[in-house]
Amino acid sequence: MPGNSPMKPTEHVDVKVKVNSQAYERTVPARMLLVDFLRDELRLTGTHEGCDSTHCGACTVLVDGTAIKSCTMFAAQVDGSEIVTVEGLSSNGGLSTLQDAFRRAHGLQCGFCTPGMLMAVHDLLARNPHPTEPEIRAGISGNLCRCTGYQNIVKAVNVAANAGGKR
Amino acid sequence: MAEYGGNAKLLAGGMSLIPIMKFRLASPRVIVDLNRIPDLSGIRVDGNTITIGAMTRHQEIEHSQILTQQFPLLADAAALLADPLVRNRGTMGGSLAFADPAGDWGTCLLALGAELGIRGPKGSRAVAIDDWFKDTYTTALAPDELLTEVRLTKPSAHSGSAFTKLKRKTGDFATVSAAVNLTVGGGSKVQGVRVALGGVGPTPLRAPQVEKALQGASTDPSTLASAAQLAAQDAQPSEDTRGSVAYKKAMAQAYAQRALGQALSRAQGRTG
Repeated sequence: MPGNSPMKPTEHVDVKVKVNSQAYERTVPARMLLVDFLRDELRLTGTHEGCDSTHCGACTVLVDGTAIKSCTMFAAQVDGSEIVTVEGLSSNGGLSTLQDAFRRAHGLQCGFCTPGMLMAVHDLLARNPHPTEPEIRAGISGNLCRCTGYQNIVKAVNVAANAGGKR
Repeated sequence: MAEYGGNAKLLAGGMSLIPIMKFRLASPRVIVDLNRIPDLSGIRVDGNTITIGAMTRHQEIEHSQILTQQFPLLADAAALLADPLVRNRGTMGGSLAFADPAGDWGTCLLALGAELGIRGPKGSRAVAIDDWFKDTYTTALAPDELLTEVRLTKPSAHSGSAFTKLKRKTGDFATVSAAVNLTVGGGSKVQGVRVALGGVGPTPLRAPQVEKALQGASTDPSTLASAAQLAAQDAQPSEDTRGSVAYKKAMAQAYAQRALGQALSRAQGRTG
């Protein structure tokens, strides 16, 4: 940390973090992964752990506004950060515009990949509010749907983009 | 790093280190997280030099206006690298220090003739990209040193660069990749050229025979095509799940030819 004497390595790390606008403080093993921190420590099980190898994207969350795969980051690294998980997409207990678009366009089958898809698409639409179909496909290329339900996921992103405004 | 040496690892984007820790291919006792050092990140222009901080994420390179203008091959490569979520996190310096033989940045920077800035207990030093890769996953970096930045010289007006890559699917490393940086001189002759290949040797490689055939040569398509044929000889691939030796040599030729064509048209576009 800035201005301090050299840090000594420790096996446990204090993590202060905001998740979906709520503050949490935990002491966790230094090598605990962010996805396990969210699911096991904070009991936010909307974030899914699929492949645990940076391929499937089911564990995607926003860290300081950027979508990342939470199986490939340590919990210790998010100290001081703001995280949004799928539980944080809607604020009023209903569905967000994006979630509603997935519902209306049947953008999910078994639903396992859906939390990660939603977070990746959230990042995509934040950067590019009106993506073309190739841009949508590129935008979700880090997220695998084992049901292979991509057609309707792409449609859902289009529905959300056309709904515009608030996600 | 001086204190813990081989027991410590530097953590950049973590897109390679964390997966290999899960496989227990690396079991560092100590991890030094570089993500809280802002000075290591970002793209700076200083006169004729463009500096990319080692912790600059792939995504920033993909969308950097100055890099896209000056070195279009970097944007070519960034858009094909891994997937968007990995690009949000992974860094150029991490990729170079990991030194996968099919790593795209190594291939690009060999074509650009980059210089790498390194800092260690004894101070700073610079290493030319040609001296960086020692072997598979092995670089010129000492265990107590840190790669801090990549330095590029602005290309001359009649230059163009391009990167092409064959990959089986999103997220896979290159089966074969090719990077070209060339300058067209008077009389439409190739004045300077660097060609590099990825995925076809123990490290990313220069393609000396292709370069030699092009130096001073005319820029007509048949000359480019016959020079690209030599990429099959410059390539030193080994057979793996991505393909046989013969296949990779054939693809090295094809992808080198495409990169040459694209770099040339960009160079001529600049010429106006």
